[in-house]
Amino acid sequence: MSQSNLLGAWTLFARETRRFLKVKMQTIVTPALTAMLYLVIFRYAMGDRHVPGMDVDYFTFLVPGLAMMAMMQNAFANTSSSMIMGKVMGMHIYLLMAPLSAFEVVMAFLAAAVVRAVVVASVFLMVLVPFVDISIPHPGIVILYGLSASIIMGGMGLLGGMWSRDFDQVAMVTNFIILPLTFLSGVFYSVQQLPPFWQMINHANPFFYLTDGFRYGFLGVGDTDPSASMGVVLFTVVVTFIACWRLWYIGWRMKE
Amino acid sequence: MNALEINGLGKIYGNGNRALGDVSLTVPKGSFYALLGPNGAGKSSLINILADTVRPSSGKVTLLGHDLFSERNWCKRRLGVVPQEIAFDPFFTPREILRVTAGLFGCKTNEAWLEELLDRLELTDHAGKRARQLSGGMRRRLLVAQALVHRPQLVILDEPTAGVDVELRRRLWDFMRELNAAGTTILLTTHYLDEAEELCGHVAIIDRGQLLTAQPMQTLMHDIASSTLYLKYDKPVLLTKEDGDVLSAFEPTVCDEGVCLKLSREENGGSSFHLAYQAGVARFGIPIDAAVRSEDLEDVFLRLTRRQESEVGDKP
Repeated sequence: MSQSNLLGAWTLFARETRRFLKVKMQTIVTPALTAMLYLVIFRYAMGDRHVPGMDVDYFTFLVPGLAMMAMMQNAFANTSSSMIMGKVMGMHIYLLMAPLSAFEVVMAFLAAAVVRAVVVASVFLMVLVPFVDISIPHPGIVILYGLSASIIMGGMGLLGGMWSRDFDQVAMVTNFIILPLTFLSGVFYSVQQLPPFWQMINHANPFFYLTDGFRYGFLGVGDTDPSASMGVVLFTVVVTFIACWRLWYIGWRMKE
Repeated sequence: MNALEINGLGKIYGNGNRALGDVSLTVPKGSFYALLGPNGAGKSSLINILADTVRPSSGKVTLLGHDLFSERNWCKRRLGVVPQEIAFDPFFTPREILRVTAGLFGCKTNEAWLEELLDRLELTDHAGKRARQLSGGMRRRLLVAQALVHRPQLVILDEPTAGVDVELRRRLWDFMRELNAAGTTILLTTHYLDEAEELCGHVAIIDRGQLLTAQPMQTLMHDIASSTLYLKYDKPVLLTKEDGDVLSAFEPTVCDEGVCLKLSREENGGSSFHLAYQAGVARFGIPIDAAVRSEDLEDVFLRLTRRQESEVGDKP
């Protein structure tokens, strides 16, 4: 007999959302400010140069890439930090003891990760509105890729937090896997600028499709056809979700 | 119907440590049940399996007639657990934590009950502080409130009074007694055996993952707790081999410079007091003082768990 617990799932979502809102300076303002600093630095380093092969200046090119990077990193941070803090402080037992299905737990965590990602990206973009022409020719693609990236990274944060035994291990996942993959996803460059070998490496990085598709939605230009990369993105969303669901269900690295 | 029926529950951890081996136990509905054992006996493993924070290796458990492992969520809604380790969410206040806990268990917060919990556990004045500002005793009481906030029918308290001062402990037990009287089944582990003896109607003792005994407290104290007759003389008693042979039925020992004679139960419910006294007087003369000493729960607990130790020590 299985009873759904919608109130429980909603409570978990609300808890995870309130947790990051309680420290908004750290979770919203700082990441938005970091993205702004990147933008300012590259703006002055690159001047008015255009991106090769694209009819867009470098400053405008960077905006959606940085917004996507902030979304990905914050979605990951929301779930991974909550999970590892729960494990280290022993609070995770309240999740394990609660009458919540694995589906409800994963949905609640991912929804909160999406909210944080969207809030951070929105703050960053709203500050830029007076300085950049953000017309967004394909809002549907922006939403689809933004949500997909948040879900994938929220899921990876959940898995990273479940795998880690301490803060050091979760920092290892962040610094050795997540940061390189996001930095090398075409946030700061067009893959057309790269030698063939590095182009191939970029095409093997699922985050590249997320950033490129998101940028296409914003600017109408990109390195790949977003309708073609949609398959990779949706496949990654489904695989991430199933991995989270299944591993939570069996209590992977959560129950002895 | 029983609150809990545990059959053949076993747990072997990944490192090969056998924490529980084939434990079977029945906790009657509405009882106040003590689960006792020395450190490392397997109590917390058993409780953690019930709480779903540890996976069992074998066995079956039913909670209020429902299979715990196949109907987990049904059972979880009716179970409240106070964990042994203090765990709290530093981002939230006690009032927020209780609301969140109620929500996670699928209950809309009953504000009257929440305030009563805060009041009875003496947390009202601290309900708006961040949890990290609470003292150790307050944090432990918050764990008790969290276990009760969804009004479970079975409450498991895993050493809930460690670090709580005497006065607060007394009030906590008064509250638990009231809940028990209102129908809540309570399963308690504690190292304060005098509290267990006073509070609990049933007791189980486990050691090294094995159940040593499980029965109503009165039965345990009547059947297993022994009594001795202490006879004091004006000079210290020295037992000779001949004394031992003559009084062998009473297993004589020297205690407090006098002699102790073990009393046995008689069929009429009394003890062999009269026979022991006569035998003692015949052997040593009339004593200057005499007393019947009965084992309390702590004595029985130590005797049972020490016996287990010596049995284990005898094994090759």
